[in-house]
Amino acid sequence: MDSKQLYQEVVLDHNKKPRNWGSLADATHRAEGLNPLCGDHIWVALKVQDGLIEKIAFEGESCAICKASASMMTANVKGKQIEQAERLVQEFRDMATGRLNPATQPSQLGRLVVFAGVKDLPSRVKCAILPWHTLHAAFHDRGTTSTEGDADPMGLSPASESA
Amino acid sequence: MNSAVLATVERSTGLDVARLRSDFPILRLKVNGNPLAYLDNAASSQMPQRVLDRLIRYQTQEHSNIHRAVHYLSETATAAYEGARSTIQRFINAREAREVIYTRGTTDAVNLVMQGFGRAFLGRGDEIILSQLEHHSNIVPWQMLRDEKGCTLRVVPCNDAGELLLDEYAALFNERTRLVAVTHVSNALGTVNPIKQMIAQAHARGVPVLVDGAQAVPHLAVDVQDLDCDFYCFSGHKMFGPTGIGILYGKAHWLEKMQPYQGGGDMILSVSFERTVYNSIPHKFEAGTPPIAAAIGLGAAVDYLTDIGMPRIAAWEHELLTYATEQVEALPGVRIVGTAQDKASVLSFTVAGVHPHDVGTLLNEDGVAVRTGHHCAQPVMQRFAIPATARASFAFYNTFQEVDQLVAGIRRVQEIFS
Repeated sequence: MDSKQLYQEVVLDHNKKPRNWGSLADATHRAEGLNPLCGDHIWVALKVQDGLIEKIAFEGESCAICKASASMMTANVKGKQIEQAERLVQEFRDMATGRLNPATQPSQLGRLVVFAGVKDLPSRVKCAILPWHTLHAAFHDRGTTSTEGDADPMGLSPASESA
Repeated sequence: MNSAVLATVERSTGLDVARLRSDFPILRLKVNGNPLAYLDNAASSQMPQRVLDRLIRYQTQEHSNIHRAVHYLSETATAAYEGARSTIQRFINAREAREVIYTRGTTDAVNLVMQGFGRAFLGRGDEIILSQLEHHSNIVPWQMLRDEKGCTLRVVPCNDAGELLLDEYAALFNERTRLVAVTHVSNALGTVNPIKQMIAQAHARGVPVLVDGAQAVPHLAVDVQDLDCDFYCFSGHKMFGPTGIGILYGKAHWLEKMQPYQGGGDMILSVSFERTVYNSIPHKFEAGTPPIAAAIGLGAAVDYLTDIGMPRIAAWEHELLTYATEQVEALPGVRIVGTAQDKASVLSFTVAGVHPHDVGTLLNEDGVAVRTGHHCAQPVMQRFAIPATARASFAFYNTFQEVDQLVAGIRRVQEIFS
């Protein structure tokens, strides 16, 4: 694929000016997400009232794909019910791993389809998914999640390190 | 770089790079419509046709199990396998071929010493000196030993250029120091450590030294007798040979005292249910059927390197690294990580405001293959307070044009992220 498909203006903009960046003093749910292979490391915090996501924030250190994905995720799920957000988590994962083609299949992904191209870059799929993975962990009050090992609900084959 | 200057450099180093490149079929590949610029040699290098031909010849005309039968093929295979050992012995100037142990790679070689030397000779309170620049493969085995035996690990720090601080090194020794395990060339930064001096300092205190030479052997002439190291580890696939094969050089007197790493066939003289007598070195450490073809392929790679000449390779790569450093350094917003006086092959860098993984994905679009990440050297990244770098690493078959391709690619990354 052409990188222009992935590094679109909207992705570069969210990377430069991430929305909902920071921490939440009154958070009810939090999780830390780590991709040990590339060093992406983010924290997602939520304030949930009666199943409604009232506030959401994220911070951390990551590549542009991960940061833009997190920024667009927070903008998207804010004001939604947890169940709606969980459905979006599933759709995003399916799109990033090529199980859902937003061009031909119905979804709630909207502008998030800019990330559809990562399915052709296996080494970058986890960058895009990490924020969603972390959001899911926060809903379930799992403090720390990782894109690797037993904690990898994606069932992606673990990429290995080399020199 | 213009062609006249290039010709001068080629003359001065005596290396006909265009001809050598034609030995490597994979270098003719195009990636994303661009000529492949393969700058990830520190992770793994490519194999020349001569090595590929040797593997085919072995498999089609010489293959059987070694050290077993009296038939023609077994004897041919054994001769080729042991012949490659002697070739490798001469390449690193080991005193005897039996000091050259085939392993799966550098990691396996370090683990062999941890198991056979560390577990046999180290105990509670004993100390091992490592350096800040180590690859995980020369850290984790020693941590496993520490946790099992109650040893202590001490770490030689480095300065902001990525050079080890030798005064601090000297100060780490005490009466409990039992081993120094240090890299010859840093895989993440390219620093060439003054290991001959470090070995002499350790020996003055009666402490043996293991050297991780994975990043040194493909780039420098290595003479284990001159270095006087006790152990020297390296990998075939980083020196234009196959994967799955590596070498542990060890001084015979250590190897003879050490415990075998694995038990099985070929490493024994006699076995009964009461008692087993181990084979002599090197066979004591080569249990089971080894990767015979890979060992012979490594021998062919060593012959290839010997024909070119390691001093010529080092001279060309020095010119290449100097040129790349100047060009990359001149880009605003690009920081070179690892600026030691003495470096080999590696150019690690960060681009302001752009994560290395984004740099790597975009360079790939231009056909430029670099490694991005922590390079299995997280303590190095921690020392420089960065999560990762992009790393270009050179071999003798790389060209100045490929450096230009890299630099143009970095410029494009900066434009996209501006």
